[in-house]
Amino acid sequence: MTQISSPLALEIQGLAKHFDRPAVDGLDIRVRAGEFYILLGPNGAGKTTTLRMVTGLLKPDRGSITVFGIDALSDPVAAKHVMAWLSDEPMIYDRLTPLEYLNFVAGLWGIESDAVETRTHELIAWLGLTPYAQQRCEGLSKGTRQKVALAGALVHEPRLIILDEPFTGLDAASARSVKNVLRERVAQGCSVIMTTHILDVAERMADRIGVMSGGKLVAEGTLEELRCQTGAGQATLEDTFLALVESDTEQGPIAA
Amino acid sequence: MIRAGTLTWYAQHETRLAWRDWAWLLSGGRRRRGYAVTVGLLAFFIFVHGLAYLALAPSVDFTAPPDKRLLVTIGGTLILYGSLMLSQAMEAVTRAFYARGDLELILSSSASVERLSAVRICAMAASVAAMSLVLAAPVINVLAWLGGAHWLAAYGVVVALAMAAVAISVVLTVVLFRAIGAKRTRLVAQIISAIVGASFVIGVQFAAILSIGTLSRVALFQSAVVLNHAPDSDSFWWVPVDAVMGNGLALVVVLAFGALALAGAIRFCGPRFGDLALAAGGISSNPARTYRRASNFRTASPGQALRRKEWVLLLRDPWLMSQSLMQLLYLLPPFFLLARSFYGENHRAALAVPVLIMAAGQLAGGLAWLAISGEDAPDLIASAPVAAARIWRAKTEAVAGAIGIVFGPPIVLLVIVDPILGFITFFGIAIAGASATLIQFWYRAQVRRSLFRRRHVSSRIATFAEAFSSIIWASAGALAVVNFGIAMVPSAVALAVLAGAWLLAPKRP
Repeated sequence: MTQISSPLALEIQGLAKHFDRPAVDGLDIRVRAGEFYILLGPNGAGKTTTLRMVTGLLKPDRGSITVFGIDALSDPVAAKHVMAWLSDEPMIYDRLTPLEYLNFVAGLWGIESDAVETRTHELIAWLGLTPYAQQRCEGLSKGTRQKVALAGALVHEPRLIILDEPFTGLDAASARSVKNVLRERVAQGCSVIMTTHILDVAERMADRIGVMSGGKLVAEGTLEELRCQTGAGQATLEDTFLALVESDTEQGPIAA
Repeated sequence: MIRAGTLTWYAQHETRLAWRDWAWLLSGGRRRRGYAVTVGLLAFFIFVHGLAYLALAPSVDFTAPPDKRLLVTIGGTLILYGSLMLSQAMEAVTRAFYARGDLELILSSSASVERLSAVRICAMAASVAAMSLVLAAPVINVLAWLGGAHWLAAYGVVVALAMAAVAISVVLTVVLFRAIGAKRTRLVAQIISAIVGASFVIGVQFAAILSIGTLSRVALFQSAVVLNHAPDSDSFWWVPVDAVMGNGLALVVVLAFGALALAGAIRFCGPRFGDLALAAGGISSNPARTYRRASNFRTASPGQALRRKEWVLLLRDPWLMSQSLMQLLYLLPPFFLLARSFYGENHRAALAVPVLIMAAGQLAGGLAWLAISGEDAPDLIASAPVAAARIWRAKTEAVAGAIGIVFGPPIVLLVIVDPILGFITFFGIAIAGASATLIQFWYRAQVRRSLFRRRHVSSRIATFAEAFSSIIWASAGALAVVNFGIAMVPSAVALAVLAGAWLLAPKRP
C-alpha cells in the first residue's frame, strides 16, 4: 500500500504552537502520498493542535506546512482545495438534510454543478445514508451524523484527508463502514493522516504510526519498527505505545 | 444537615441552580464583571425609582378617596402586568420540560418525582415573582412613600399573580401535551408566551396611543367608555385592586387564591411530570423531518452557497424567526407614538421612517449574530478553500438580502407616496443595518445558534452599541424628514457610537 518513492502529501517542519504552555514544540512529520499515517499520543500531546494547524484552523507560532508542494501558510486557499478535515464532533447543520449538506460543501469547494449530483448520490449510497438522505440532520444518530460529515469531507475528492478521532462514539457497524471508506480512498491514492485512541484501529490500518508526547514526535515508523525501537519483540501496540510514551521524551524522536 | 431526597433538599438544589443561572446571565461567567453589573443595576434601580416618582407624583391625588377611575386604572395595570407574568411563566414552564439537562438523571434515580415536580413548580413561581417584584418595586415603593405604607400590600398581590400565572401555565402546558403532543407543544407554548408577552408591551403603548393629546398610559383607563363598562365599585372583581390598595382581607383572599391555584397545579401535574418530561426529552433530540425537494446549493460559487445556507437555516427555524420578528413587534408602538407626537397629522407617511430604520437595525443585529457568531460548523467553513474576507462578505450579503426582503416592500410604498421619504428610509435602513452588522462582526464569538436568546450576554458593549446605534440612526431619519442639516447631529453621534464600539472591540490577530 505504501508508495515510498512517491512525493510527499504533507510535510511539517519545525512546527510550534504555544498556548499557556507549549502545545506543539518543533514538530517534524512527513506523510507520503497514498499513505495511511496515524498519530498516537496521550491526551494533551498536541495531536489535535497539529492537525488544526495543518488545516488552517490555527495559526502556528513558527514552522512550515507543505501540502503536495503547496505552502499551506502562505497559500492556504490552494492547500485547502486538496485537503479535507473531519473532527470527532460532526460539523454539520441540524436543519439541513444530508443531501443538502453535501451540496453545500460542494458549493463551498466550488465543484462544478454537473459533477456534484453523481458524486453526492454515490457517497450517500456508499456510506449507507440513502434512507436518511432527505431527513434533517438533527434527527440522525451520532454515527449517521459522523458518516454525513465524512461524506462531506470526501465530496470534493481530497488528496489528503485529515481526521481527528473519527471513531469516537461510533458503533461497530458505523466504524467499520468508515474504515472501509478510508481504506478504499487510500487504495485509490489518497493520503490519510488520522489521530485515534483506539490502538486496534492504528494496528490494523496504519502504514506508519507517529507517537506524540508533550508536543513532540517521540517515535515514528511501522508497527514492526516501533516494536524494534522499544525492544518489545512481539508485544501489542498498546504495550509498545505505553513504553514509548512513558520513556524519556527528552531523548528526541526515535527515527524509523 | 438536610436529608437527601426531602422537599427541602430539592428546594436547596433548585435555589442553587437558579442563583447560578441568574449570576451567569448577569455576569456572562466573569466574576469581576458581575460586580460591575451589580453596581450598574443598583444605579439603574435608583434611576427607575426617580422616573416612577416623576410619573406618579404629579398625576396621583393621594388625598382623594378611591373612586372608580382609580379602580379601573389599577385593575387595567394589573391585567397588563399579569399578562407579562403569564408570558414569563409560560417560558419558564416550557424550559422546565424541554431545556433542563438534569431531568433524565433525576427521573432515572429513585427520587420522588412528585416532590421534584412540586419543588420545581414552586421554584418557577418564585422566579417569576422575583422578576416581577423587581420590575414593580419602583412603582410600589414610590406609591408607599407618597401615599402611605398600605400600598406595600401590592407586593403581596404581585406574588399571588405569579403563583396564579405559573399555575395557569403548568395546566395549559399539560393540556397542550395531551391535545397536540409533546412535539408541537414546545412551539405552540412559545408562540403563546410571545403573544401574551407582546400583549403587555403593545397593550401599554396602545393605551397611550389611544389617549390622543396625552402621553399618559392611564388616560385610556379613565375614559368614559371604559368607566361605563367597568363593574361597580363594590363588585367582587375589584378584590385584587382592593388588595393592592392595602385592604388586608382582600390581600388574604388574593394570596389564598394564588396559593390554591399553585397547589392545584402541583396536584394535577405532579403525577404526570415524569412522563411528560420524558416525552419532551424524547422528541427534542429526534425530530425526523423529510424534505422531498432539497434546497439547491449546487452552484459554482462558494459565496452563493454560503448565502443560501444562511437563508435556508433561518427559514427552517421558526423559533429564531419568531424571536427576531418579536423584537420588531415590541418596537412598533413606541415609535408610532413618538412619531405621531412629533409630526402631527400633516406627515402621516413620515411616521414610518424612524420605525423602519430602528426595526432594520435591530433585525440586522439579530441576523448578523446568527450568520457570524451562530455558525454551527465553524471548522467546516474555516477549512474550506475560501478566503476569510469572502466568507464574511457572503455572510454580510445574506443579512443584507434578508433585510432587503423584509424592508423592500415598505420602501417601495414610501417611494410611491413620497420619493424623498423613500430615499431617507432606504438610506437609513442601509446604514442602520450596516452599523448593527459591523458591531456583530467586531464582537463575534463562536457559539451554537441555539443560544440566540442569550446573545446579549456575551458582550454588553455590543448589545448597547447596537441598540444605541439603531435608535440614533432612527432619530437621524426622523429629523431628516424635517431638516437634513439637523439630522447631521444624531448622525455624527451614531458614527461616534460606532467608532467607540470599534475601539473597545476585542483585538484579533
